[in-house]
Amino acid sequence: MLASGTCGYGAELEDFIDLSKLGAIVVKGTTLEPREGNAYPRMAETASGMLNAVGLQNKGIEYFEKHIYPLLAEYDTHVIVNVNGNTVEDYIELARRIDRLAAIPAIELNISCPNVKQGGMIFGTNPASAREVISAVRNAYSKTLIVKLSPNVTDITEFARISEEEGAEAVSLVNTLLGMAVDTNTMKPKLSTVTGGLSGPAIKPVALRMVWQTARAVNIPVIGMGGIMNGVDALEFLMAGATGVQIGTATFIEPRTALNTLTSINSFLTERKFDSVTNIIGIINRI
Amino acid sequence: MSKRIEDLTVTENRRLAQSFFVVTVSSSAGLPEILPGQFVQVLVAESPSTFLRRPLSVHDVDYRSNTISLLIQVAGAGTERLSRLRRGDTINLIYPLGNAFTMPALGEKVLLAGGGCGMAPLLYLGRKMKELGVEPQFALGFRNRSRILEHEQFRELGTVHLATEDGSEGHKGFVTDIQAFRESHWDKVYCCGPEPMMKAVASLCLQRDIFCEVSLENLMACGMGICLCCIVPTTSGNLCSCTDGPVFNIRNLQWQT
Ligand SMILES: Cc1cc2nc3c(=O)[nH]c(=O)nc-3n(C[C@H](O)[C@H](O)[C@H](O)COP(=O)(O)OP(=O)(O)OC[C@H]3O[C@@H](n4cnc5c(N)ncnc54)[C@H](O)[C@@H]3O)c2cc1C
Ligand SMILES: Cc1cc2nc3c(=O)[nH]c(=O)nc-3n(C[C@H](O)[C@H](O)[C@H](O)COP(=O)(O)O)c2cc1C
Ligand code: FES
Repeated sequence: MLASGTCGYGAELEDFIDLSKLGAIVVKGTTLEPREGNAYPRMAETASGMLNAVGLQNKGIEYFEKHIYPLLAEYDTHVIVNVNGNTVEDYIELARRIDRLAAIPAIELNISCPNVKQGGMIFGTNPASAREVISAVRNAYSKTLIVKLSPNVTDITEFARISEEEGAEAVSLVNTLLGMAVDTNTMKPKLSTVTGGLSGPAIKPVALRMVWQTARAVNIPVIGMGGIMNGVDALEFLMAGATGVQIGTATFIEPRTALNTLTSINSFLTERKFDSVTNIIGIINRI
Repeated sequence: MSKRIEDLTVTENRRLAQSFFVVTVSSSAGLPEILPGQFVQVLVAESPSTFLRRPLSVHDVDYRSNTISLLIQVAGAGTERLSRLRRGDTINLIYPLGNAFTMPALGEKVLLAGGGCGMAPLLYLGRKMKELGVEPQFALGFRNRSRILEHEQFRELGTVHLATEDGSEGHKGFVTDIQAFRESHWDKVYCCGPEPMMKAVASLCLQRDIFCEVSLENLMACGMGICLCCIVPTTSGNLCSCTDGPVFNIRNLQWQT
């Protein structure tokens, strides 16, 4: 799968990859109203990773329904919409509207965006708010509900359990880790928002640990992500208990990463004589 | 126009004044059509501190030899690594990316203004204009005489007006101080260089109501329109400098002076 915010609406990548070969694409974070996002600079490179402070720039659900959805409906892959709101009502309204779009089989409820002032991560870092929003969206949405969890909490399994209890079909993790960087020449923060979300290989060990913990804590599928650059990275997540994986930042550097990862997972399975990828999911807990 | 990802072979790495160099790479697959103003995203291999690709303007294109040249200034670890490329090395590029400069109409008087590594896209732009039958003039700014770059290449295409900050060659001052720039009539001005230079050129063009396009060098993560990190505030909202740009008409930018 391609991770939200790192693959646009998919079309941007069609020169490099055949989208129909992917499990799914999670298109960029969508909100009720159009959002301009945060001011420039929104990006800073860090050791083996990057910080971003995009702030959910998108044209809003109305534009999405009219102009983007018709194009997505033509894709020969699963298109999942990443849903964001400032209030519980925003999330409900969005879920209802996306429920009506026949070609979208699932939503990824983003309660973990670190780059917006209200909403977003507030829901993902406070258990009571998380429960409220997940339960409300569950009632408003009839198809597959995936909850995207924030790593910026003490115990991520608590949020995974809440998602399961409130009827989510799966959880995906992790979103970016809150971080920052300072430019020592200008003596200013490198991001206009001071703090931003860290992604890339720098977060992989943390993400992997959280995926492992979560997979042991819940019975619903766990979709793992955070710093996956190749097949070996993806295998680590699968062996730690992830049922599926998403590729994020790696796509910026090598747009074919998701397909290359798939190929290398398959050759691993063949080489090691596993019939199916399900045989290696969570295998570290069994050996 | 389709983008591609490809390993190209370095055919030359030519050192220029100071920390500048020109890397020429050749495509065994044959080059796609590349427009002046477009850029490439270079993967800097074996440089652990360089995680993302580096955006670089297309400096020149030679379809006969299937080569692209890049004019690069060492700015940090990534460009330092590139400066050590040798003939026969391979580098991986995603290209061609971004929009292009608007070509002038026949008979129009055009000025291409730039300085430092910002001169990079102006050579190929000038070459394309000349092919079209429009003779470009150049206004190039440097800190001092010893930093003058690629002067001959530009001179082959049209008149070159020089400015140096210390007056050691050409006009003393900035490109905007060049008499020909201030006093002649221009239909179109194209500019790429440090931001203060582009802003000065833009303000002169706005005052005199001259069509002017600038090529911006915003920080980029992907270069393909998928990360939304490279935005530029414009009169039509935030646009991506990697897909809607890097070339923008100054009237659309919120640079009002
Ligand atoms: C569309 C576009 C075209 C460009 N064309 C050229 C070109 O033809 N020739 C050339 O030499 N450079 C060009 N640049 C700038 C070039 O991309 C940067 O200098 C380079 O990425 C620096 O990488 P580094 O690893 O050497 O330095 P880093 O260690 O990453 O950075 C060193 C310093 O360079 C500056 N820098 C980093 N990235 C950029 C950037 N994108 N723009 C401006 N300054 C930056 C920063 O202020 C930093 O302090 C272009 C940039 C863009 C966006
Ligand atoms: C530029 C950028 C934009 C992102 N936008 C979103 C978003 O809109 N919604 C979301 O749920 N996650 C967003 N993310 C987080 C990614 O989907 C992913 O969870 C995170 O980057 C970790 O994976 P990675 O290390 O493979 O990139 C964004 C990440 C980046 C780098
Ligand atoms: S650099 Fe990623 S959208 Fe422009």
